[in-house]
Amino acid sequence: MTELVNSLLYLDGVTVSFDGFRALNNLSMVVARGEMRAIIGPNGAGKTTMMDVITGKTRPDKGDVLFDGSHDLTKLDEAAIAELGIGRKFQRPTVFDSHTVLDNILLALKGPRGVFASLFARLTGDERDRIDTVLATIRLTDRRHELAGRLSHGQKQWLEIGMLLAQDPALLLVDEPAAGMTDAETAETAALLRRIAETHSVVVVEHDMTFVRDLGVRVTVLHEGSVLAEGSLDQVSADDRVIEVYLGR
Amino acid sequence: MARAMPLGLGRSGIAFLVIVAAAGVLVPFLNLATPVDSPWHVPTTTVVLFGKYLCFALLALSIDLVWGYCGILSLGHGAFFALGGYAMGMHLMREIGSRGVYGNPVLPDFMVFLNWKELPWYWYGFDQFWFAAIMALLVPGALAFVFGAFAFRSRVTGVYLSIITQAMTFALMLAFFRNDMGLGGNNGLTDFKDVLGFDLQQNATRCGLFALSAAALAAGFLVCRAIVSSKLGKVLVAVRDAESRTRFIGYRVEHFKLFVFTVSAMMAGLAGALYVPQVGIINPGEFAPANSIEAVIWVAVGGRGTLVGAALGARGRQRRQELVHRGASRALAVRARRAVHFRHAVPAEGAARPGRYPPRQAPGAAGGDAGPARNGR
Ligand SMILES: Nc1ncnc2c1ncn2[C@@H]1O[C@H](COP(=O)(O)OP(=O)(O)OP(=O)(O)O)[C@@H](O)[C@H]1O
Ligand SMILES: [Mg+2]
Repeated sequence: MTELVNSLLYLDGVTVSFDGFRALNNLSMVVARGEMRAIIGPNGAGKTTMMDVITGKTRPDKGDVLFDGSHDLTKLDEAAIAELGIGRKFQRPTVFDSHTVLDNILLALKGPRGVFASLFARLTGDERDRIDTVLATIRLTDRRHELAGRLSHGQKQWLEIGMLLAQDPALLLVDEPAAGMTDAETAETAALLRRIAETHSVVVVEHDMTFVRDLGVRVTVLHEGSVLAEGSLDQVSADDRVIEVYLGR
Repeated sequence: MARAMPLGLGRSGIAFLVIVAAAGVLVPFLNLATPVDSPWHVPTTTVVLFGKYLCFALLALSIDLVWGYCGILSLGHGAFFALGGYAMGMHLMREIGSRGVYGNPVLPDFMVFLNWKELPWYWYGFDQFWFAAIMALLVPGALAFVFGAFAFRSRVTGVYLSIITQAMTFALMLAFFRNDMGLGGNNGLTDFKDVLGFDLQQNATRCGLFALSAAALAAGFLVCRAIVSSKLGKVLVAVRDAESRTRFIGYRVEHFKLFVFTVSAMMAGLAGALYVPQVGIINPGEFAPANSIEAVIWVAVGGRGTLVGAALGARGRQRRQELVHRGASRALAVRARRAVHFRHAVPAEGAARPGRYPPRQAPGAAGGDAGPARNGR
């Protein structure tokens, strides 16, 4: 129970099946307030499915998913969960291609989300400043008026992280942020996430071990829909079962 | 930001408004103030024809708003247009009063013919113009709202949504064909006499309706521009391009769709309400699924997501219909018309060779000279 009270995100016995195939199998995990957690695991381990469950895209067959100790995420839809303060970056970068970089950030910017609020919204000076800060952080200030569809893969990844920053959620779920990046970009991304983690709780899924090592945080290993091991990267790397299913290959 | 046009109208938007406004003033003026034999005279048939185009352009605009900017491909917008038309038609029916064939001061002719004794409740209020005008917006809006609330909440999208919008207009067509609907059945509503005391057969009234249609098109354009250039407009485009992404940053996508769908249906209703007094009839045929599909084609041809293009696309209606009706002999229709244009054009040039097809190059030039007025018959 103390775990539940101190946790920001609490998953207990979560099971998701697709046509009888268990993508998540009795998965339990707790992320504390202010923590950054890395999730690793082989392809198909259920990492993305776990994020789908947390953000309301997929309903679990069984199990509890609680946010901030009291909100039952299995009962809420995507928009309500986003409004509670959970933001997400997708595995395949998804930005709004026919909007400019600036408008992508503007749309994500924390603020009222209603129909009429949007219809009559005027950009305030404060919002402009926040957008500028985000653009500077993700190094896209020069390209602010360009269409997001024209960015490179790595820049789209960063833009999506920028959208997360603009949204300013309590918990960020980041799915493979370094995929398709050069080594230098990967290192920069790790540094950026570490900076973000100073003020936010973050869950990062990543295959790149150098990247995970750079983050230097607690690691959870998923395998076949459940937690196989948990601890520092060195600890889990030394775990025989982990070596067998994942690192050993 | 970079471009500081008012309301983000853009150059083409301003040009469009100027042209619509100029047409709204000039066409009626040239019809009423010039003698019939003057080269400046615009014949009444042209006024009526172009008045219809203005209504179609407004319908196209309403479709572009939902399809071009929010990705909702409605194949049932003709239904909203027709409902607006029926609302106005009901008023025009009541305006006939005792001048009908049966001379009944309250009941329209078709009701007398069907031996109805009293006016159905849903005809109440339509003796008032203001009531009919409100209903022309409210009824399509309410239908769109209810329909959209169900469809968007259950996340019906893409082809499935298009299909159920088609089903909606088809179902309405069947319903309106029935005499018990109390809306004239098969024949619809017609034999209108006047509106607000103005005789519908008078040139001045037709010119007035033309000017009103131009004003409605301009207003519709401004409303659309205001919507698409607001932050809400950006959300709509976001929904069009990546619907689930938009949800994950906290927007209730179904509310945005519902808003824009309802506004769009009301615009289509207004277009229908202006159309009916100009053509003098509204019948269930207006609900025909093909009408809705054709309107979508204007938008596709004119340029989806451009507003201006969509409105201009509606100009092609008459011609395309002609071709569609001729079906397989489509190519023949084109050649025949070219030949006609040629014959008209040739005497002016003095080199008459009637009955012969023009040489390869000529048809384009001759067709161009014949001018847009003749284009649509
Ligand atoms: N909507 C779905 N329908 C059917 N099967 C699905 C669905 N979503 C995921 N799966 C299956 O569930 C399993 C877990 O998928 P998931 O995407 O969560 O894996 P992952 O750990 O994110 O893998 P990767 O590292 O490749 O991204 C996979 O076998 C996948 O095929
Ligand atoms: Mg994945």
